[in-house]
Amino acid sequence: MPAEERSPVAVRFTGAAVQIGGRTVWSDVNLTADPGEFMAVLGPNGVGKSTLVKAALGLVALSAGTVTVLGRPAGQSGKEIGYLPQRRNFDTGLRVRGTDIVSLGSDGERWGVPLPWGDRLFPARRAAKDRVRQVIDLVGASAFADRPIGEISGGEQQRLLIAQALVKGPRLLVLDEPLDSLDLPSQAAVAALVSAICREQGVTVMLVAHDVNPILPYLDCVAYLAAGGAVCGPPEEVITSPTLTALYRTPIEVLRASDGRLVVVGEPEPPARHADRHADAVDRQ
Amino acid sequence: MIDAAVASTVLEGSRLSWNIVADIRQLFLFSFMVNAFRAGTIVAVTAGALGWFMVLRRQAFAGHTLAIVSFPGAAGAILIGISVVVGYFAAAIAAALVIAAVPRSPGGRARTSESAIVGTVQAFALACGALFVSLYGGFLSGLTGLLFGSFLGVSPGQVDALLAVAAAALAVLGVIARPLFFASVDQDVAEARGVPVRFLSGLFLVLLGCAAAEVSQITGALLVFALLVMPAATAQRVTARPMASFWLTIAVGLVVVWLALAAAYYSVYPVGFFVTTFGFAAFVIAAAGRTAASRSGRVRVPAHAGLTP
Repeated sequence: MPAEERSPVAVRFTGAAVQIGGRTVWSDVNLTADPGEFMAVLGPNGVGKSTLVKAALGLVALSAGTVTVLGRPAGQSGKEIGYLPQRRNFDTGLRVRGTDIVSLGSDGERWGVPLPWGDRLFPARRAAKDRVRQVIDLVGASAFADRPIGEISGGEQQRLLIAQALVKGPRLLVLDEPLDSLDLPSQAAVAALVSAICREQGVTVMLVAHDVNPILPYLDCVAYLAAGGAVCGPPEEVITSPTLTALYRTPIEVLRASDGRLVVVGEPEPPARHADRHADAVDRQ
Repeated sequence: MIDAAVASTVLEGSRLSWNIVADIRQLFLFSFMVNAFRAGTIVAVTAGALGWFMVLRRQAFAGHTLAIVSFPGAAGAILIGISVVVGYFAAAIAAALVIAAVPRSPGGRARTSESAIVGTVQAFALACGALFVSLYGGFLSGLTGLLFGSFLGVSPGQVDALLAVAAAALAVLGVIARPLFFASVDQDVAEARGVPVRFLSGLFLVLLGCAAAEVSQITGALLVFALLVMPAATAQRVTARPMASFWLTIAVGLVVVWLALAAAYYSVYPVGFFVTTFGFAAFVIAAAGRTAASRSGRVRVPAHAGLTP
């Protein structure tokens, strides 16, 4: 697609704020992701990272400011966004193949039932089926795509879910905590996969993460969210002691470990993770 | 010829011979058996189709309650003197709407609040059924039929009603099948893609109520799971391909019902027992087969096992 037809920014929040149940989740958020960029949305638990993503998708209404996604107001670019919600894993007893989960990303919202032998009769059906195979190959899931999804590991499930989000060829990929609950090698593998998709397919990626370190080598920009607002920019400018101190209005220290990992010290975490998860679930109602 | 066969069967009673053709012919001599086979076939197909989605959605408890509700529905209909068939469907659909009206949130917690409501409805329905039976009085043989099934009393009119409801329910299911499948296995993504998840889950409960009311009329209110759960659970153990397991569910249901009706004809025991026994046998065979297959084929190690340094 020629450059001038593309919108100049993929995602732009301007002075945005969200209130849920009378409580301001965050306010005065300004951030920009350019097309083809790999952006991480970071911040402590319960700060409203998922809400930010939902605002970009148009699932949560803003109380102030604007969101523009792929040149249109949020919620009007549905088919061009691949979305992977924050989730627990599939039930181990779910007897449905990974391939079927990916196919649902392609035609799951269509009414009716697929006709038997339809892919022999209709070229469009055949093309859709080929596309499913193609994205499964792309995410490296061919070896386990025909196994029941409940019986494969969390990292393997995550690859198939990324394939599902990619199957329609989106211009923006929105991934909510895709690395959550994965073991460290799987986190590294999925992060590398997302980065490769971003570079090779030219897809803008907006990835919500709790820990920046697995994705740090691949990031173009970071949106760091806190109760006071958000800071957006290249990771080396945002994840620094002065920037985070200004954002939180409380002393924060960013340390760099000998292997390059970043450690944020003094980050005001909510008192208990359990209660915080609960608050997050209430937010989603 | 037929008259002679009917006369001899009536005189000598139904008995099993070694001549399979004659045995099968004898099954269809009486119109009540023909009706029973028609009704059983309709019910097996409907229950299989809706039961497949019910097992996938883990809504067996809701399905059980919708079936239990048919007991007060039928008892109440007898009490106030309207058609029993109307009582079955009206009660099941009303209960489905009550369960569907429970406010739900996305994620796992919806199921928790649903099961509380479902349990409440079920207890109340059973109590109402007991009340209706005692109000009517002297109705005990009918009570056994309502709870554990009877195929003797299936009338041609009842077969027509079963067929009409089944056709309507399956037609609606055909329209919503794919989005319902999406919403059943992957609710959050389906919702983000614009699938009306809440509406589909309510509509599904109404269809499930229709299926449960149909099955109740053959197996009795307490044994509906024989046709709602067992064929689907069997098929989903055999294959993880959605289309294949869907059609296998219906095939298992049909075979179970046909065998059970034949067995009930040649014995003095209730048909519900045979439906349940054959369904359970199919499930045990499938489960044992899968265990054996995974024992012999378990060579694959989890992918991340080799990656640890």
